[in-house]
Amino acid sequence: MNGSKTLLTSYVSQPGEIKTSSGKTLRTDEMIINMGPQHPSTHGVLRLEIVVDGEIIVDVIPHIGYLHRCFEKHAEHMTNYQQVIPYADRMDYVAAMNMEQGYAVAMERMLKIEVPERVEYIRVIMAELQRIASHLVAVGTFGIDAGAFTPFLYAFHDRERILDLFEMTCGARLLYNYIWVGGLSHDLPPQFIDKAKEFCKYYRPRIKEFNDLLTYNEIFVKRTANVGVLPKDVAINYACSGPMLRASGVNWDLRRDDPYSVYDRFEWEPQVGKGEMGTVGDTWDRHIVRMREIEQSVNIIEQALAGIPEGNVQAAIPKRIRPERGEIYARTEAPRGEIGYYIVSDGSTTPFRVKARSPAFVNLSVLPEISRGAMLADLVLIAAGVDIVLGEVDR
Amino acid sequence: MEALENLGVWGSILIAVVWSALPIVFILLYALVTLYAEMKIAAHIQDRLAYMRTGWHGTLQPFADILKLLQKEDTISSAADRKLFRLAPYVVFMGTYGAFSAIPFSSIYIGSNIDLGVFFIVAVSSLVVVGILMGGWASNNKWSIFGAMRSAAQMVSYEIPTALAILIAVMITGSLNLQDVTKFQEGGIHNWVVFGGPLPLTQKLLLIPFTLVTFIILFIASLAEVNRTPFDLPEAESELVQGFNTEYSGMRFAMFYLAEYANMFLVSAVTVALFLGGWTSPFGSFLSGPVWGLFWFIGKCLLLVFLQIWIRWTLPRLRVDQLMYTSWKVLTPFLFVCIFGVGLILVL
Amino acid sequence: MTAEQVFTSLKAKFGDAVLEAKLDALQPWILVVPERMKEVALFLRDDPAMQFDYLMCLSGMDYNDGKLGVVYHLFSTVHRHKIVLKVQCAKETPHVQSVSAVWGTANWHEREAYDLLGIIFDEHPDLRRILLPDDWGGYPLRKDYRVPEFYNGVKVPY
Repeated sequence: MNGSKTLLTSYVSQPGEIKTSSGKTLRTDEMIINMGPQHPSTHGVLRLEIVVDGEIIVDVIPHIGYLHRCFEKHAEHMTNYQQVIPYADRMDYVAAMNMEQGYAVAMERMLKIEVPERVEYIRVIMAELQRIASHLVAVGTFGIDAGAFTPFLYAFHDRERILDLFEMTCGARLLYNYIWVGGLSHDLPPQFIDKAKEFCKYYRPRIKEFNDLLTYNEIFVKRTANVGVLPKDVAINYACSGPMLRASGVNWDLRRDDPYSVYDRFEWEPQVGKGEMGTVGDTWDRHIVRMREIEQSVNIIEQALAGIPEGNVQAAIPKRIRPERGEIYARTEAPRGEIGYYIVSDGSTTPFRVKARSPAFVNLSVLPEISRGAMLADLVLIAAGVDIVLGEVDR
Repeated sequence: MEALENLGVWGSILIAVVWSALPIVFILLYALVTLYAEMKIAAHIQDRLAYMRTGWHGTLQPFADILKLLQKEDTISSAADRKLFRLAPYVVFMGTYGAFSAIPFSSIYIGSNIDLGVFFIVAVSSLVVVGILMGGWASNNKWSIFGAMRSAAQMVSYEIPTALAILIAVMITGSLNLQDVTKFQEGGIHNWVVFGGPLPLTQKLLLIPFTLVTFIILFIASLAEVNRTPFDLPEAESELVQGFNTEYSGMRFAMFYLAEYANMFLVSAVTVALFLGGWTSPFGSFLSGPVWGLFWFIGKCLLLVFLQIWIRWTLPRLRVDQLMYTSWKVLTPFLFVCIFGVGLILVL
Repeated sequence: MTAEQVFTSLKAKFGDAVLEAKLDALQPWILVVPERMKEVALFLRDDPAMQFDYLMCLSGMDYNDGKLGVVYHLFSTVHRHKIVLKVQCAKETPHVQSVSAVWGTANWHEREAYDLLGIIFDEHPDLRRILLPDDWGGYPLRKDYRVPEFYNGVKVPY
C-alpha cells in the first residue's frame, strides 16, 4: 500500500506562457479537450470541457442539459397529481422505484394520508431491490471505467434477476408506475415472496465474489485510493448526498435521520467511508460504501419479507386528489442520494409547481472541485464514482 | 526444393518468396483462431456464451467479422494528414512482420537464421512505435494524440526491462542466435532457461530464483510492449475512446488489429525461445523432431497468448504514472539485481 | 430551534430585511427581501445557534401574480433543524442576491432558476443557461410562457 500513498494526485501544473506578436498571452502547455456528449465513459450525454496540461487536469467545466425532458413543465400540465408518477420514473431511469416513492411520500404528507402497513412493507422491499439494482449499475460501470470489463457483466447478471422480480410484480422492467400516491398499482403476485427470498439467498455470496474480483484488486485500489478526495466540509457545502456524502465520513442517511416509511423497524446500519485504502472521501470509499449498502439492503429486504403483513394495498388511494393551498418539501433516500420534491398546490387538481431536487444534479456540481490536479484517467473514475444518471441530472 | 534451386536466380527468388510468405499465412490463420478464442475465453470468464449463431458455436464468426471489415467504408477525416494516415497501419504491421523472420518455429524452419536474432527482433519491433505515433499524429484528433504519446512513452520505457531480461537469457545461453539458444535448452523441461538451463546442479539451483523472476518480469514487460491489459492505456476505451486508432475504420483498422494479435504472438515467441525451450520437447527426445518442434513451439506460444487473454479479462487498467513507476522503479531495479546475481553465479 | 425562534432572531438582527413569516404552514417559512438575502444566508450558516450548513433545495417560482420568487430549503447537519426561506421580486426586475458564495450547491440551482424562470442572481460567478441551449428564447417555467413556433428553423410543437 505504500505505493499508492506516495502517488498523490495533486500535481502542480506550471503552464508555460508565451507572448504572441499581437501581445496576447498563449498558455502553450495547456490543451482543451471535449469529453462527450458522445464518449464511452460519461454514462450518457454529459459533456465535460477539460483543460489539461499533459495528462494533468487544470480545470473541468461540465455542460449538461442534453437529456432535458422538461419534467417540471410537464408536471404543471398534468390533469391530476397521480399522472406525474410516470414522469418521475423517467428521471432516474435506473432507480425508478425510488423516484416514485419520493413523490408518493411528498404527496401523502401534503394530503396527510396514512398508508396501510402492507403498502409500506412492499415499498421498502421494492425500494431496496431497486437500490441494489442501481448500485450494481454504478459499481459495474465503475469497473469498465477502470478498464475491467468482467465485473460489469457480473453486476448486470445479478441485476437481471432483480428486474425479473419487478417484471413479475408489475410487468415492467425499467419504468414501473408501481408506487402510487396512497398505495400501489397492484398487490404482490403470490410467488413473489418465495422468489425474493431465493434471490437474497443466491445474491449474498455474489457480493463477496464481486469484492474479490474488483473491490480489493490491487490495481483497482491503486487507481481509486486517494483519487478525487472530497472533504467533509466541501461535501456539506455542496449539499452532496447519498453514498457521496457518506463516503466523506458523514454518518447521514435519510432513511434513519429524516424517517419515512417503516425503516425504523429493521436492523441496519448506514455505511460510512473510513478511508481504509487511502483518504476518507476518496473514490475507493465511494465504491466500498455502495458495496456495503448493497449488503445492508439485502438485510432489510430479508427482514421485510419475513414480517410483511396482510392488507389491501389500494385502500388509501384517494379517488380525487385535491390538496389544500400549500406547499411541501419532502425528501427520501434514493440510491444516488437525497431526492427531494418541492410541490406547491394552489388548491386545484393539478400541481402548481413541482421542483425535483435530484441528487445526481447536485453531486455532479462538485465534480470540478474534486478533479482539479488529478489525471485524465482519474477524471473518468471520479465521474464514475459520483455515479450520475443523466436522466436525473437534466430532468 | 533442390529442383527449384537448379532453376537458378528465379528459383531462389521463388524459394525466398515462399519462405517469407509462410509467416504471413501463419499470422492470418493464427489471428482468425485467436480472434475467436479471445471472444470465447472472455465470454466464459464473464458467465456468458459469446458467438453461437454463425456456424457451429459461432466458429464462422471471425470470417464474418473480416468480411464486415472489408466492406466498411474507408473513412479519412478531412483534417487528417492523408499520407501518414494511410501509411501508419502498414508501418505497424511491418514492424511486427519483420520480426517474425528471426523466429525459430522449428529446427528446420526459421525465416532468417541470423546470428544477432534477438537483437534484430528487439530492433525491428520498435518500428511499431513509429507507426502508432504516425497514426495518432496523422488522425489530427486530440484523443488519438493522447493515445499515441502514451503508447510511445510506454513502449520505449518497457524496452528497457525487456532488453535486460533478454540479456539475462543471453548471458546464460551465450548466444544471440535464437536457434542456438533453443538448441542449448534441448533435453527436456529441466534444461529450459527458466529452470536454470543445462548447467551443473549447484549452479542451476542457484540460478533458478533469478531466472524465474526474470521470466515473470519479461512476461509483464511484454504485456506492456503489446499494449494489453493492464497496460492497455494507449487504447484505453473508457478514457481515450480508442486511442491512436479512433479515426480508423475498415481494413486499416483491421490492420492495427492484426498487428496487435501478431505482436502478442511475437512477444510470446521471444519469451518461449529464450526461456521455455523454444521448439524443444519438454520430454527430452520423446515426441521431438521438426514437426513436433513446430507443434511444441506454437503450443507454448499459444499458452502464453492464452495467459495474456486471461489477464486482459480479469484486471483493471493502470494509470500512466503507475505504469512508468512499475517499469522504472520496480522491474528495472529487480532486473539489475538479477543480472548481477546471474553474472556472479556464472563466473564462479 | 423552531421556526419562530429563527424568525425572532432574524427580525432582531436584520429588522426590515425580514418581512414576514408564516408559522402555521405545513412547513413554516420566512420571507426576506431579495437585496439582503446573502447577508441573511451568511448569518444563518455561521451563527452557532443556527448553523444551517446544508442547502437542501433552491427552487425558482412564478406566483402568477406578477411576482417571481426563490425558495430556499435549509437544514442544519449539526442541530438537525429545518427552515424555509423565501424571497420575492417583481417580474419586470427579477433581481435576487446570489448565495452561491455561501452554499456551493446554490451555484447550479441558481443557474437552473435563471434558465427556466429568468431570475437574475446578482454576483453569481457564472450565470449561464444550464439545461436549455444557450440560444433558447424565453423562460419556460414562467406561467405566461408560450412555446416558440420555431427554434433555429426547426418546428417546436409537434
